[in-house]
Amino acid sequence: MDKVIDLGKHIEQGINALESNFSFLWSAIDEGISWTVDTMNDGLLATPFWIIILLVAAFAYYLNAGTKSFTRAGFKKGVGIAGFIIFGFLLIYLMGYWKETIQTTTLVLVATLIALLLGIPIGIWTARSKWADTLIRPLLDFMQTMPAFVYLIPAIFFFSVGNTPGVIATIIFSLPPAVRLTKLGIQNVPGEVIEAGYAFGATEKQILYKIQLPLAMPSILAGVNQVILLSLSMVVIASMVGARGLGSIVYRGIQQNNVALGFESGLGIVILAIILDRITQSIGRKNK
Amino acid sequence: MAETNRNVKIAVKDLTLIFGKNKAQALDMLNKGHSKTEILEKTKCTIGVSKANFEVYEGEIFVVMGLSGSGKSTLIRCLNRLRKPTDGQVWLNGQDITKETNNELLETRRTEMSMVFQNFGLLPHRSIIENAAFGLEIRGEDKESRLAKAQKALETVGLQGYENQYPSELSGGMQQRVGLARALANDPEVLLMDEAFSALDPLIKSDMQDELLAIQEKVQKTIVFITHDLDEAIKLGDRIVIMKDGVIEQIGNAEEIMTHPASEYVEAFVEKVDRKTIITAESLMFKKPTVVQYEKDGPEVALRKMRSASLDVLPVVDKHKKFLGFVWLNDLIELTKNKTQKIDEAIKTEVHSVQKEFTVEDMLPLISGMRSPLAVVDEKDGRLEGIVSQTSIIIEATKYDKKEIKDLQEQAKELFKWTK
Repeated sequence: MDKVIDLGKHIEQGINALESNFSFLWSAIDEGISWTVDTMNDGLLATPFWIIILLVAAFAYYLNAGTKSFTRAGFKKGVGIAGFIIFGFLLIYLMGYWKETIQTTTLVLVATLIALLLGIPIGIWTARSKWADTLIRPLLDFMQTMPAFVYLIPAIFFFSVGNTPGVIATIIFSLPPAVRLTKLGIQNVPGEVIEAGYAFGATEKQILYKIQLPLAMPSILAGVNQVILLSLSMVVIASMVGARGLGSIVYRGIQQNNVALGFESGLGIVILAIILDRITQSIGRKNK
Repeated sequence: MAETNRNVKIAVKDLTLIFGKNKAQALDMLNKGHSKTEILEKTKCTIGVSKANFEVYEGEIFVVMGLSGSGKSTLIRCLNRLRKPTDGQVWLNGQDITKETNNELLETRRTEMSMVFQNFGLLPHRSIIENAAFGLEIRGEDKESRLAKAQKALETVGLQGYENQYPSELSGGMQQRVGLARALANDPEVLLMDEAFSALDPLIKSDMQDELLAIQEKVQKTIVFITHDLDEAIKLGDRIVIMKDGVIEQIGNAEEIMTHPASEYVEAFVEKVDRKTIITAESLMFKKPTVVQYEKDGPEVALRKMRSASLDVLPVVDKHKKFLGFVWLNDLIELTKNKTQKIDEAIKTEVHSVQKEFTVEDMLPLISGMRSPLAVVDEKDGRLEGIVSQTSIIIEATKYDKKEIKDLQEQAKELFKWTK
C-alpha cells in the first residue's frame, strides 16, 4: 500500500523549523551543558583518584552507619558498602578506565540533576492538577517507549555530536520515573493528614512544603534512584552520538569485535551502577 | 431547657450541603419539600446535610450522633468550612463563617477552632512534640514559644516524656492523645472531634473518654464531638443531636432522648443502649404513691389502703411527708389481731432510700436480698417523692424491648393477684 499520511515528513519539517528559528536557544543549552560537564570532568580528573575513592567510600559509610559511625554496630552496617566502593574503583583504576569512569559519572550526574530539576516540579504539578496530569501522562509514555535511538537523530540535529546530545537523550529517557514517582508519593499522602493541615489553617504552600513533600520523600528518592540507573543504562547509546566515557569504550568493543575491551568497560559500568544505586538507596533509607 | 441563658458559641442556621453538579436545582427542590430520592433521580445530587439548625453553648460537649452516611462528618466539616456549605449559615462568635474570605477563614482555623481526627492525622516524619506544635507552626509562632506551648499541651494529655519519639512508636490511644494535644496547644475556643475515639480498642476508648472529661473539667472548651456510638454520646454529651440521612432527628440531653425518642429511628437506636447508666429513679418512680400517714393512720386504715391499692407493702410518712419506712401486710395483720392502735411496731425502718438522680445501675445493688421497693426521697428534708418498684428496676436493667416489658408487667400483675 502507498503511504497516505506522511507523518514523518511533517515531523521533520517541524524539527527543521524549530532548529532554524530557535538556534540561539539550542546553542545556549549546548554551551551550558558542555560547560558544566567539562568543568566537572576537569575538576574530578585533577583530583587524585585515591582522594575521590576515599571520599565516596567515607560518604557511603556514614550514610549507612549514621550516628553510630564510631561504634561496632555502625561499623558492621557501613563496612560492606565502603569496602565494595574501594575494591570496585581500584579495580577500574587498575584496568585503566579511571578517566572514562569519571566522564561517565559526570554525564550521569549532570543528566540526573537536570532530569530531577524538571521532573520533580512536573511531578508536583501533575499530582495537584488533574488537567496537567492528562496532558503530561501521554508525553511520559511517549518518552519511555519510543526507542532511544530515535531521538538521538534530532538531538544531533540540534546540538551536533558530543556530550550535549548524549545528555539530552539521557534526560528524555530518564525523566519519566522522576515525574511519576513524585506524583505517586504526593498522591499517597493520607487524606486525613492533608485535611488536618487545612483544619489548622495551613495555606496551599504550607500543605505542600510541610506535609506533602516530606511525606512523599521516600517515593521521590526512589525516583532519584531510578533516574540514575536509567541514565547509566543510556551511556552506551549516548556514546553513539559522541558522548565520552565507558559507553564509548563498549561501543568501540562492539565495532572492533573486541571481547576484552567490551567486557572490561561493561564491568566498569556495572560497578558504577551498583555504587550509585547503593548510595542513593542509603539516602532513601536515612530519610524514612 | 434550663440552660437558656447560656452563651451561644456556634449557631447553625438552615445548613445544607449538596453533593453533585446541579446544586442549584437540587437546593430548589429541597426547599420545595421534595424527598431525597426524588432529588437524586432528577438532579443526580445527593443531600449531605439537609437544613440543620442547632446551637452549641459555650463550654458544653455537644455530641452529633449518627450511623455512617448520616451526614455527621460532613456536618462537622461545614463548621470549619473544610466543606463549603451549599446554603445556610454557621455563626461563630457572631461571625458567619460561610461568608468569610480566605484569609479570615485561615485565621479562624488557626486561632478559634481546632480539630481532632479519627485516624489521628499525625505527621509520621515529625517527633511527638513537633506534631503537637504543628498548629502553632502553621500560624507562624517562633520555635521557642511553640515548643513551650506544645510541651504544656502534652503534659495536659499525660504524654510528658514522649516528646522526642515518633508517632509510629506510640500506641493508638497515645497517638490520639498527641492529636488532642495538637488541638489543645492552639488554645482554641472550639474543639471539633471527628470520631476521635472510634479507631481505638474498647478499653482504651473508655480511658480516653474519661480523660477527655477530666481535661474538659480543666480547660472548659466548647466541644463538638462526632460519634456513631450512642453509649459514647451519652457518656460524653451534655446534649446530643441524632442525625439520619442528613437530617437532624432530635436534639436533647441523654435522658430526654432515652425517655422521649422523637422518632422511630431514635427509638430503635435507644433500645440498643445500656439503659442502666441513663435511666434514673425519677423516670421510673410512681410519683403519687399511696402512703400511710404515721400520725393519723392505724393498722386498720393502713390495711384498707393496701387493699384499695392492691399492694402488700406501703411507705410510711410523717405529717411533713418525711419518709419513715415501709409497712408490710403480714405485720399489719399481726397488729390487728393484737388490737394495737399504733403501727410503730410494724414499720421497717432499715430500708434503702434513694434520690431522684440515682441511675438503675446505682439502684440494682440496693434491691438484692430485699423485698421492699425503693423510696425516692428529697436529699435535703427527706420528703418522700415517689416509689420505685423492684420489677421496674429489673426490667430496665435487663434491656428488654417494649413488648417484652409489657408481657412481663402483665405476668407480674397476675402473680400479684394470686398472692393476695
